[in-house]
Amino acid sequence: MFLRTVLSRLLTTLVTLFGVAVVVFVLVRVAPGNPIAMMLPPGASEDDIAQLTALYGFDKSLVEQFFIWIGGVVQGDFGTSITLRQPVSDLVLARLPATLELSFFALLIAVAIGGVAAVIGARRRGSPTEAAVDLTSGAVLSIPDFLWGLLFVLLFGVLWPVLSISGRLDPRLEFDFLTNFVALEGLLRGRFDVAGSAFSHMLMPALSLALPLAALIAQLLKQNLKEVLIQDYTTLSRVRGFSETQVILRDAMRNAALPTLTLVGVQFTFLIGGTVIVERLFAYGGLGNMAIDAVINRDLPLIQGIVLLFAALFVAINMLVDLSYTLLNPRLRHG
Amino acid sequence: MADVSLQTTPRARSGRRNLRLWLPLAWISTLVLAAVLAPLIAPHDPLYQDLFLERLPPFFMAGTEPGYWLGTDSLGRDVLSRVIYGTRIALCVSLIAATATCLVGSTLGLLAGFFGGWWDRVISRLIEIWMAFPPVLFAVLLVAVMGTGLTSVIVAIALIDWTRFARVIRAETMVQAQMDYVDSAQIGGARRLTTLVSEILPNVLPSIVALLMLEMGIAVIVEAILSFVNLSLSSDVATWGSMIAEGRNAIHFAWWVLLFPLIALFLTVLSFSQLGEGLKQRFDPVLQ
Repeated sequence: MFLRTVLSRLLTTLVTLFGVAVVVFVLVRVAPGNPIAMMLPPGASEDDIAQLTALYGFDKSLVEQFFIWIGGVVQGDFGTSITLRQPVSDLVLARLPATLELSFFALLIAVAIGGVAAVIGARRRGSPTEAAVDLTSGAVLSIPDFLWGLLFVLLFGVLWPVLSISGRLDPRLEFDFLTNFVALEGLLRGRFDVAGSAFSHMLMPALSLALPLAALIAQLLKQNLKEVLIQDYTTLSRVRGFSETQVILRDAMRNAALPTLTLVGVQFTFLIGGTVIVERLFAYGGLGNMAIDAVINRDLPLIQGIVLLFAALFVAINMLVDLSYTLLNPRLRHG
Repeated sequence: MADVSLQTTPRARSGRRNLRLWLPLAWISTLVLAAVLAPLIAPHDPLYQDLFLERLPPFFMAGTEPGYWLGTDSLGRDVLSRVIYGTRIALCVSLIAATATCLVGSTLGLLAGFFGGWWDRVISRLIEIWMAFPPVLFAVLLVAVMGTGLTSVIVAIALIDWTRFARVIRAETMVQAQMDYVDSAQIGGARRLTTLVSEILPNVLPSIVALLMLEMGIAVIVEAILSFVNLSLSSDVATWGSMIAEGRNAIHFAWWVLLFPLIALFLTVLSFSQLGEGLKQRFDPVLQ
């Protein structure tokens, strides 16, 4: 039963990814501007142009080009970047860790802030404190990450300059790591100077990404907690002498967290989508920043590769959330 | 302990709800007035560059010049006048782009939710594919394909954000389609499409209006983001987005160039979303 759910989800996921590949391919190919002309110095001969066009496969029909590209992608070959002259897969894999670290750090912040706010709101339900939680989360939720980022640049980058407003690391640091997960590997290897620099650079972009999600978690988790807290088994805990906070954390949280989880999963993909502009804003060396450069430079293979990777990431997260929901919810597991 | 939430009196609640409508309405009316009366109220030409007056600070700091209340930017243009003229683009984009997005998304949502079957399968699949794109990257890509300009920005917003409407309206239409009143309209001999437009549409309208308001705020942001990556309009038009981009570049010399359009954007986005929520609550019979 569970295996069949997994397989059918996997199949729809592949169809979606194929759809994304078609859309991005068509979009990129109808874009004006000849990337080949941009690569060659002025006054290049007809021969050179023809040679390079053939090298990148731009002389074939669109359908042929599409299947050559997809055929390569299936084998892990995403083509060669036109501007950077390196395999797209190498470039993208070198940048992916920066975006993943930023996204998961932001998710952590969002869950922490949103969780605490939800518990406080549920603990003091009906009081002005709950109204304050509602009002704040409502306002915070409606301001997108881009504006939070700009605000933080202004506040902590200029007016009270305590944090760096650009880059991923202090460029003076010297280290030799195996992976590009500098914050994680720095922590594991005990290179706290590297990890510290990475986290202090990530703090503002991560907070910008986290705030809207934190507000959403606060609202939703609080609502779910309140619904659980009027049920009999929580009253029983109160009668047994547990404090209200203990009841929330011990009994209510487990049942209230599950419906929140599904939503957080979908919202996490929105958060990752937000890294594109937030990385640009903070000159953070991740995938999103590279993607915007690729669009501006008409680097077709690179754009295609990055969009496809983002799409794969999104559908993978959605699939994992669905499956974990099935696993965690006993009613669906045995259904 | 159980039902403390009932302590708020209905009157206090409706008062708060009204404030939630009136404050945003006041700000948006101010914007509309500023946009219409821009040539009359702006103290300076928003595009006029006076290199002798570059990077003047705003009125509360030392070293100001009379008549330049919010200071000037790196090219000596008056920040206040540029914020005032910027309302024109902001309102124009939010109105047209949000309406276009709403029409596309709501129509597809209604069709998928009411007719089901192949309609639903195709539209749902499209939504799923669209949701797998990072929206900002999608917008940047679309504008790069179509060329910069106001039309491209508006078309890009509609092409990307229609899923926001389609998802919600599809789900709500599905709920409404199960209701008895739909059956009775059908038994009464109404055509399917007539039932959809005259029976179901009025019932999902509160959600459409709320989403429309939300989308108006989002459209302003998307224009700002596209300006920020230099893909929106040419530099001879004053927009909040282009001011923000310039302000970010000159942040260490003239932070006020970033601050004032940022405040305008914050208030505008907040107003539209609160207005949407407020209107939804006011028109939703269940919440009343």
